[in-house]
Amino acid sequence: MPGLVALLFLVIPLIALIVQTPWEAFPKIISSPEALEALRLSLVTSLVATAFAALFGIPMAWLLAREILPFTGLLRALVIVPLLLPPVVSGVALLEALGRRGLVGAFLYDTLGITFPFTTVGVVIATTFVAMPFLVITMEGGFRSLHQRYEDAAATLGAGSRRVFLRITMPMVAPAAIAGLVLCWARALGEFGATITFAGNFPGVTQTMPLAVYTALESDRSVAIALSMVLLVVSVGVLVALRGKYLQTRAS
Amino acid sequence: MTKMLHGFVAIAFVVGLGAFFPSASGAAPKPSGTLTVSAAASLTDVFPVIADAFEKRYPDTEIKLNFAGSSTLMNQVIAGAPVDVIATASKSTIQIGIDSELVARPLRFTKNFLTIAVPLGNPANISKISDLQRDGLLLGVCDTAVPCGSAAVELFTKNTLDVTAVTRELDVRSVLAKVISGDLDAGIVYVTDVKSAENRVEFVQIPFRDNVVATYHISMVADTREQQLAQRFVNFVRFSTTSQGIMRAFGFAKPW
Repeated sequence: MPGLVALLFLVIPLIALIVQTPWEAFPKIISSPEALEALRLSLVTSLVATAFAALFGIPMAWLLAREILPFTGLLRALVIVPLLLPPVVSGVALLEALGRRGLVGAFLYDTLGITFPFTTVGVVIATTFVAMPFLVITMEGGFRSLHQRYEDAAATLGAGSRRVFLRITMPMVAPAAIAGLVLCWARALGEFGATITFAGNFPGVTQTMPLAVYTALESDRSVAIALSMVLLVVSVGVLVALRGKYLQTRAS
Repeated sequence: MTKMLHGFVAIAFVVGLGAFFPSASGAAPKPSGTLTVSAAASLTDVFPVIADAFEKRYPDTEIKLNFAGSSTLMNQVIAGAPVDVIATASKSTIQIGIDSELVARPLRFTKNFLTIAVPLGNPANISKISDLQRDGLLLGVCDTAVPCGSAAVELFTKNTLDVTAVTRELDVRSVLAKVISGDLDAGIVYVTDVKSAENRVEFVQIPFRDNVVATYHISMVADTREQQLAQRFVNFVRFSTTSQGIMRAFGFAKPW
C-alpha cells in the first residue's frame, strides 16, 4: 500500500500538468520567439555544462576511485556537497567566489575585465557546479567496480596511461558513463536556483526554460504550463530513448 | 536586530499616538480572530511593524503575513489560498482580482517612488537618470510581470531613455541584493528599498517630475470568513495615524 501511495504521489502532479496544458494554444506558445530562445539557451547551456562536467569530472572521478590523492574520503565528501546544497545557496556561493567582488571574481575583473554574472557563461558555470557531482558520483562507482588488472595488463603490453584510460578503462565503464551523463544533463537542464541567483534572468542571455517558466507564472499561467510541458516531454523522451538503447542491455 | 528595531518603532508609535485613538466604545464586542494578510515584497519591512501595532491595539487578534511579488500573491488568491487581506504594489495587479470578483473594492493606502540604487562608492559614477543609457553599464530591473518592472519601463518611457538592462529579476529585493553585492552597477528599485538597506547601498535620486509613482492598494478578499476584522485591518492600515506614521518612517509617501 505505501508503495502505491508513493506512486500516486509522484504521478498525479504530472497528470495534472498534462490535463492543464492549454493544448489549443500550445503550438503558438511554444513557437513564440521567447519560448524558442529559452529552449535553445537551455539546450546549449545544459549540453556545454555536461561536456565540461565530462572533461573535468570524469578524470576527477577516476582520481577518487583509485584513491590517488591523500584524504580521498574528505575530498569525496567535498565533491558531493554541491549535490546536497540548495541550488540557491550554490548561487550565493558562486557570487561570493566569482561575482565581480568575489574571492576570485574580483581578481579576474581587475586584471582581465572578465565578469560572469548576467552572461551565458555564467549560466554554464552555475549549471556545471550543480550538475557535475551527479556525473562524478556515478562514474566513481563505475571505476570502482572495474578490476584494475585489465588496466595493468594493457600497461604491461606497453600502452601509455592515456591510451589505457581511453581504450581500456573508458569502454568498460561506458554504462556508468552514459547513466552519469544523462543524470548530469537532466540536472543541468532543470537548473533554476543557482542560475537565477548567480547569472540573473534575461531573455536570450540567461533566461533558460526553468527561468522562463517561473517568469511566465508571474504573468500568464497557461504559458508557464505549456513551457513546463515541453521540459517534461524532453526529459521523458531522453530517458525513454536511453533506456531502450543502453540501460536495458546492461540489465540483460 | 531589525526585528527588535521594528518592535521598538511599533511600541513608540502605539505609546505616542495611542492617546489620540481611544479604544472602541464598551458596547461593541472586542475584535478577535486571526487574519492572513498577503503583502507585496516591498512591504516586507514595514508590514510586520504595522501588524504588531494592530495586535497591540486589539490584543485578541493575530496577523499572519505572507510576502511575495504582487502578481504571485494575486495568483495565490486566484488559486484559492486562504487569504483575508491582500496588499499589492500596483493597481493593475489587484485589478485582476476585481475582474474575477475575488477581491472587494481595492483602495489606495500609500505611495512609493523609484530610485537608482548603486553599490557603495558608486563605482560607475551614476549621477543622473540619463547615465543609465551608457554602453556596457550593468543595470538591473524587475521583470515587467511585477509592478517594480512595469514602473521601471514607465520611467524609461517617460524620460525617453534608451536603456538595456542585463537582468530582469522577479522581485525588487533581488535587484537590490545584486546591487549590494556589487555585481550590478545600478538597479531600479523603490525609495523604501534603499532606505531598508542604509549603509549597504547608495542611491541616486530621481527628480519628482521625472519619477514614476507606485500606488499601493489594499483590499479584503471577497470570501474571507473574517469580514469585520479584515475590514478593520484595512481601515487601520489606510487611516490610522499609527499605520501612516510607521509608513512615513519607512520612507513611504502619503497616499493622496
